[in-house]
Parts: sequence; C-alpha cells; structure tokens
Amino acid sequence: MQRIGVFVCWCGSNIAATVDVERVAEAVKSEPGVVFSTQYQYMCSENGQQLIRQAIKEHNLTGVVVCSCSPRMHEATFRKTAESAGINPYMVEIANIREQVSWIHKDIEEGTEKAIILARTAIAKVNLNAPLTAGETKVTKRALVIGGGIAGIQSALDIAEAGYEVDIVETKPTIGGRMAQLDKTFPTLDCAACILTPKMVDVAQNEKITLYTYSEIEDVKGFVGNFSVKIRKKARYINEDACTGCGVCMNACPSKKGLNEFNQGLNNRPAIYIPFAQAIPNIAVIDPQQCLKIKNGKCGLCAMKCPSNAIDYTQTDEIVEREYGAIVVATGYKTIDLDKFGEYAYNESKDVVTSLELERLMNAAGPTKGTLLRPSDGEHPHDITFIQCVGSRDTSGCGKPYCSKICCMYTAKHAMLIREKYPDVKVHIFYIDVRTPGKNYDEFYRRAAEQYGVDYIKGMVGKVYPQPNGKLLVQGSDLINNEQVLIESDMVVLATAIEPEPSVRRIATLLTTSIDTNNFLTEAHAKLRPVESPTAGIFLSGVCQGPKDIPETVSQASACAAKVIGLLAKNTLKGNACVAGPDESMCNGCSVCANVCPYGAITYVDKEFRLGGGKTETRRVSQVNQAICQGCGACTVACPSGAMDLKGFANKQIMAEVEAICKR
Amino acid sequence: MEDKYLLSDVKRYSGTDTSACMRCGKCSGRCPAYNDMDIKPHQFVTLIERGDIEKLMQSKSIWTCLSCMACVERCPRNVAPAQVIEAVRDAVVRQQYANKIKAEDIPAKIDETIPQQLLVSAFRKYNK
Ligand SMILES: Cc1cc2nc3c(=O)[nH]c(=O)nc-3n(C[C@H](O)[C@H](O)[C@H](O)COP(=O)(O)OP(=O)(O)OC[C@H]3O[C@@H](n4cnc5c(N)ncnc54)[C@H](O)[C@@H]3O)c2cc1C
Ligand code: SF4
Ligand code: SF4
Ligand code: SF4
Ligand code: SF4
Repeated sequence: MQRIGVFVCWCGSNIAATVDVERVAEAVKSEPGVVFSTQYQYMCSENGQQLIRQAIKEHNLTGVVVCSCSPRMHEATFRKTAESAGINPYMVEIANIREQVSWIHKDIEEGTEKAIILARTAIAKVNLNAPLTAGETKVTKRALVIGGGIAGIQSALDIAEAGYEVDIVETKPTIGGRMAQLDKTFPTLDCAACILTPKMVDVAQNEKITLYTYSEIEDVKGFVGNFSVKIRKKARYINEDACTGCGVCMNACPSKKGLNEFNQGLNNRPAIYIPFAQAIPNIAVIDPQQCLKIKNGKCGLCAMKCPSNAIDYTQTDEIVEREYGAIVVATGYKTIDLDKFGEYAYNESKDVVTSLELERLMNAAGPTKGTLLRPSDGEHPHDITFIQCVGSRDTSGCGKPYCSKICCMYTAKHAMLIREKYPDVKVHIFYIDVRTPGKNYDEFYRRAAEQYGVDYIKGMVGKVYPQPNGKLLVQGSDLINNEQVLIESDMVVLATAIEPEPSVRRIATLLTTSIDTNNFLTEAHAKLRPVESPTAGIFLSGVCQGPKDIPETVSQASACAAKVIGLLAKNTLKGNACVAGPDESMCNGCSVCANVCPYGAITYVDKEFRLGGGKTETRRVSQVNQAICQGCGACTVACPSGAMDLKGFANKQIMAEVEAICKR
Repeated sequence: MEDKYLLSDVKRYSGTDTSACMRCGKCSGRCPAYNDMDIKPHQFVTLIERGDIEKLMQSKSIWTCLSCMACVERCPRNVAPAQVIEAVRDAVVRQQYANKIKAEDIPAKIDETIPQQLLVSAFRKYNK
C-alpha cells in the first residue's frame, strides 16, 4: 500500500477563488493510501516545495499528488521536488484544478466538487504507480541546417564557431538565399552583396561546415540527439573537384533560353551556368531541361571548351546518409503568385513589376547593369507608382491575412534610392498604413517623405490600366483629401506579400513538426520558446517561422544556434521513462505493433518459454527498444492481444482513474 | 430607440461584416461613380460602423451608385460596400413606400450577365 500525500494549491486567487481548497484537502483524507493532506497559497514557490519535501520525510510518503495548474506548467517542478526528498519522480501525479476547474467554472460548489473528483482520480493512479527510470541516449555532435539563406548561414557559422560540425543542405546551386538578390539594404543602405558575400566565403572556408548545395532532404528518421537523414545530391553534371568556376562553358553554350532565376526570370541564362559571380560554391551546374546534349545527345560544346575537363553529362543523383543531433530549418520565403490580382495588370504589362524584380532592375549585376529602365522598351522612366500591401492583410481569399512586415521599409528604401539616383523621377506610394517600428526605422521612412520628396498617398489602388501610349494609368483613392486620383506612370511596383517556401510543407512532414495555416513553422511557445519547434531537436531560423527583415533574421539565427549548441554540448540525453513493453506471455508476434510504431522502436525475437512439465516452446515475441520508444502509445492501442502496455500509463492505471471519476 | 433598430436592420440587410474593414480605401479607389458621390463607398462602411445612419440615408450617393459591384470585387477584407449602400437605399425606399418599378416588369429585363443585385436596386430606384 502506498503512503500518499496530497497538496492542494491556491495559485493565489487563481484557484482559491473558485475552489474551496480547504474542503478539497479535507475530503481526500479518507481516500485509500492517503496519509497526509494540506493546502498552501503557492505550492510552486520555494516555501511550497519545502512543505512537500518536509511532508515526504515526516510522513514517509511513497507517492505525491499535487492539485494545481496544468502538468505542462509544473509537473517537472514537482517531480524534481519529490526526487530531492528521496522518492522516485514518477511517483508524482498532478490533478489539474486550475485550467480544468477554476478557470472554466464560476460556481464554487461545482468547482470544489470537480476538484475533489480530479484529486481522487490522481490518487487512484498513484496507488498503482511504480518507480520508473529513464534510459539515456547518446547525442550525435553534428548539426544539420536546411536552407542556406542568411538565416541558415548565420546559424551554421555560430554552431561551427562553438566547435561543432555542421552540414548545410541548400536546394539551389548556391547559398545566399534572397538576400543575395537584394541591391541595397535598409536601414543603413549598405549593399547586400558587400555584407553577405564575406559570410558566404566564411562558410566555404570553415572546416567544420560541409556544404551540400543543389541538394534536397530525402528522408529523416530518429529523434532528438539521434537523427538519421538521407540527402539527395542532385546531378550537377559537373565534377565539383575539377571545376574552377572560370565560366568558359557559359560562353560556349548555344542554348541560352533558360530563365535566369537569380534575376527573377527577367533575362535568360545558358543551360550551363554559375548563378552569379559570387556564388558559393563557385561551380557550374547544367540545367538538364535546357541542355541539348542531355536532351538529345547533340552538342557537347561546353565539355570541349572546359579547360579543366570538369563536365560529365552522365552524372546521376547521389544519396548521402548522415547522422545529426539537431536540425535547424531555415527554408525562407518566396513572393506570392499574382494571378488572383488582375486589377494591377501584372500579367498584362511588363512595366508592372514586383519589388523583388525591382531589386534586380536596380542591381549592378542585374539584367540592366544597375540602370533603372522601363522593362517594356528600355526607356528611362519619369514617373513610378508603388503599391503597398499587395496580397498582404487580405482576408478575401486572394492573398494572405498577415502583414508581410518588410514591405513598408523596403518600399521607402526603393523610393529613396530612385530619387537619389534619378532626381527627375516622380515617385508615388499608395499605402494603407506605414508600419515602420524598430530602431531608426520610422526615421528612415520619414526621410523618404521629408528629404526625398516622395509622394505618400493614404489610400489604395483600385485598378491599373495599360494605355495605348505605353503608359500605365493608375486609379486609386486619396483618403486624406477624399479624392479619387488618376496617375499616369511609366512603371508600377507591387510590394508583393511573401509566403513560406512551399517545400517547407514536405520538410515539416519529414520532421514531424507543425506548421500553421499560412505554412509558417510553429514555435514551441510563441513568447518563451520562439526558436524551438514543438518537436524536440528541431529548431527554427529566419522567415520560415514568420516574416522578418535581415536584422531580425540574423538575431533569430544566432538564438537558434545557441539552442543547438546547448543540445550538442550534452553527451547524453535523458530518454523517456514512459516506454512501451509487451507482456510476453500474451504476445503472439503478429507484427501489428511494429507496423504502427512511428519511431521504428519495435523488433521481434524468437524466445524459448517453459510450458511446465519440462516442456518448452519457442515463440516469436515483440521487443521495444527503450532508447527509441517515445511513449506515444500507438502500439498499445493496436495490439490485438492486449499484450502491449505503456509504463506510467498502464491500462489498469487508466481504468483506475476512470473508476475514480465514476464512483459514488 | 427607433434609430437603433433601423441601424441594426440596415446592418443585417447588408449581409456584410463592416467591422472587418481596414480603412484601405480600395473600394473608393475603383468606384466608377466616385465623382458623383457626396459620401464615398468606403465612408458607407465607416459611417455605418459609427452608427451614423441618418447621414447615409440623406446622401446623394445611394442614387448615384451604379451597383456595378466593383467595390465588392476589390475589397481585400470581404466587406461589400455596395451591399451597405443597397441596404441604406432599401431603408429609404421602405420608409417612402416607393417601390416605383412594377414587379411584373422585371422578368422582361433579366439578362444573364447583369448582377442580380442590380435588378433589385433598380427596382428600388427608378420611377416609371
Ligand atoms: C523586395 C525585398 C526587399 C528586401 N529588402 C530588405 C532590406 O533592405 N533589408 C532587410 O533587412 N531585409 C530586406 N528584405 C528581407 C530579406 O530578404 C529577408 O529578411 C531574408 O532574406 C530572410 O532570410 P532567410 O534565410 O530566412 O530566407 P531566404 O533568403 O529565403 O533563404 C532561404 C534559403 O533556403 C533555401 N531552401 C528553401 N527551401 C529549401 C529546401 N526544401 N531544402 C533546402 N533548401 C531550401 C532557399 O533556396 C534559400 O537559399 C527584403 C525582402 C524583399 C522581398
Ligand atoms: S509591411 Fe507595410 S506594406 Fe507590407 S503588408 Fe505590412 S503594412 Fe503592408
Ligand atoms: S509507444 Fe509503441 S508505437 Fe509509440 S514509440 Fe513506443 S514502441 Fe513505438
Ligand atoms: S457598386 Fe456602387 S459604390 Fe461600388 S464601385 Fe460600383 S458604383 Fe461604386
Ligand atoms: S475596400 Fe474593403 S477594407 Fe478597404 S475601405 Fe473599402 S470596405 Fe474597407
């Protein structure tokens, strides 16, 4: 028989206002096994914990029930308390009389009665609890970073700095992400390449970092500390060790119709290409859809011209398998499709561009070598209209309900850069709100209006009409002046909403972690654990978690690295004590449990059993690897013989709880 | 007291949630009848929210709105300004007992391409 102590917490007035805590403490005194019960204002405080420790010693308690807040909040606290007083932490049960009682009931009678029932339920369970010990698993001291944008780069550099090995898997032929596509960056207007490429070079030169570019995650198995990941290295058709990045092949290639992804498809590139001059690695790649040799065997010019003999048209994808202790997701974003926004004439006129396209049109390495020209005819534009919030803050189903957060700032940036370089160009910006909180941010935006004479119009554009004279007629509202305005512009720039890179859905599934309705990865706690995912060992970095600019992305990437380092610094991890196990006398080796186990924890062995009378029988029975089992319970439900049971949540414990609720 | 009922009726007839409006002005940015309106499409939404029904009922705009539904089509928040205008117009007409078009004339006017609401509002608007 257990010797149980019951501790009822007031949680200040949180519980005590709706539950008569004294009555609860009194009522449970007659329950089987209970030898002590009391109540206190804050059980989780140092004094409250001391009260528990003292009672354990004085009354020789073997089990503890705390009637308090949700176990998610303080189960770990009270388990530690009990352990420090010498009893097994798994002999502690929590009756949640806050979230499940006081916060949802108004009536003190009802509340008190329900609290007593929940306390009784926990007591019934503790009566059947047995001490449990968690096993230990080793931690593989290597991290994986998925995505090589500024977020992934920063996380990888910080983890490597602490002395751990890091692999970056990047789906594109180069790292750098969207930041590599930007021209100048707010709030300081330094050029993106000047601050990004040194970091990219650091990655390439860091001996702790291994780069898998033009690669994808194929499969993920395992759990925190022990992930096993298959990486598909897509065929580049280039011998990476031989290629020197000289670029001779690019000039030789006659198939020059591929859309230049780096320039947002604004111009073309050859079938064999290096994405941009500062690409890391600086190695060519062949687009098999465009290559004449790969498509129909005719050509091979690049191989003939390559001075390093690096080209190999027969290369195939390669699968690499590696072990990791922690995984960082840093898959970033894209701008949304504008097909549902016909009113802005994006698909009708070349002179209507997205802001990301404008970055390329203003960049020295872009299709116009940095001179801003009207895309339709290459003429100098005289009048440019910007439209903010295109597809953001949209609940009509066409766009995204959230604010993309970066576009107010980059639109002010674009306006200033244009006015600075081309003072003759008139710039109008239609805005709903200007959202520029942050250090030196509002000052930045005001500079555009006050010093650069940018025409900020509070209102929204209703329609853009391409005119026969090649101009764009912009019809919009000016809410401050209560007017409808018509502006004849040469170009219209759409501050297009951003959304998570769509492949993140697949990544989230492979990692068994969650995403929200907008496909942003969910954090473990919105305020207190913003860089961890709810799945242990998976961390979040950059825009894949929510819209952010570069300073915020970098801060989050470093925070994420700190969490990874904290994990990799451990030699072992405490596993889960509540693991499954079969009653071998009932198991008939049917294989049902192994099929449902999501962690691959179950195998089968042939075992000899004594039948009595000196006879034996060999039977196939199931075996659970306790280091792998996460205690999800899927097997216990699936087992047709009822042989599988979960420690700490055994069938008879659950039944005892149900009975305690129903009795009276 | 009476106004309060009128207001809630008009809100209900409009069938749209005006509280979702984020004051962007896209509806007024597109309205082809804008210059003929004393109270602009977005103001119908904001004034209803403020409870200022009288001002709307006296406005010229309820007769100049074309019921083209461009504002409804454009609104990023699923608010339907034209439906608010229609609801106000309806309230005015009910008060005047002035259904000027005869119901039996309607079928002849139906054409598949015109919005149904246009018919309804025409029904309220024109004296024939
Ligand atoms: C027009 C525009 C202008 C901007 N201007 C500024 C500015 O001036 N200042 C500023 O601070 N911010 C600016 N930003 C914001 C800035 O671009 C982002 O904050 C930053 O790029 C976010 O970095 P990231 O690493 O999270 O994402 P990304 O840059 O998108 O990087 C993600 C990386 O992951 C890779 N990836 C994606 N999916 C997978 C996968 N399944 N497997 C492997 N790899 C994958 C991608 O190829 C990419 O390389 C601007 C944004 C836009 C759109
Ligand atoms: S950041 Fe500005 S432009 Fe972008 S969605 Fe938010 S409010 Fe609109
Ligand atoms: S409880 Fe069963 S199904 Fe779940 S992880 Fe453990 S062995 Fe696998
Ligand atoms: S329905 Fe009326 S208010 Fe709306 S856009 Fe057409 S004319 Fe303007
Ligand atoms: S378009 Fe919609 S959200 Fe914008 S002002 Fe009009 S009603 Fe309000």
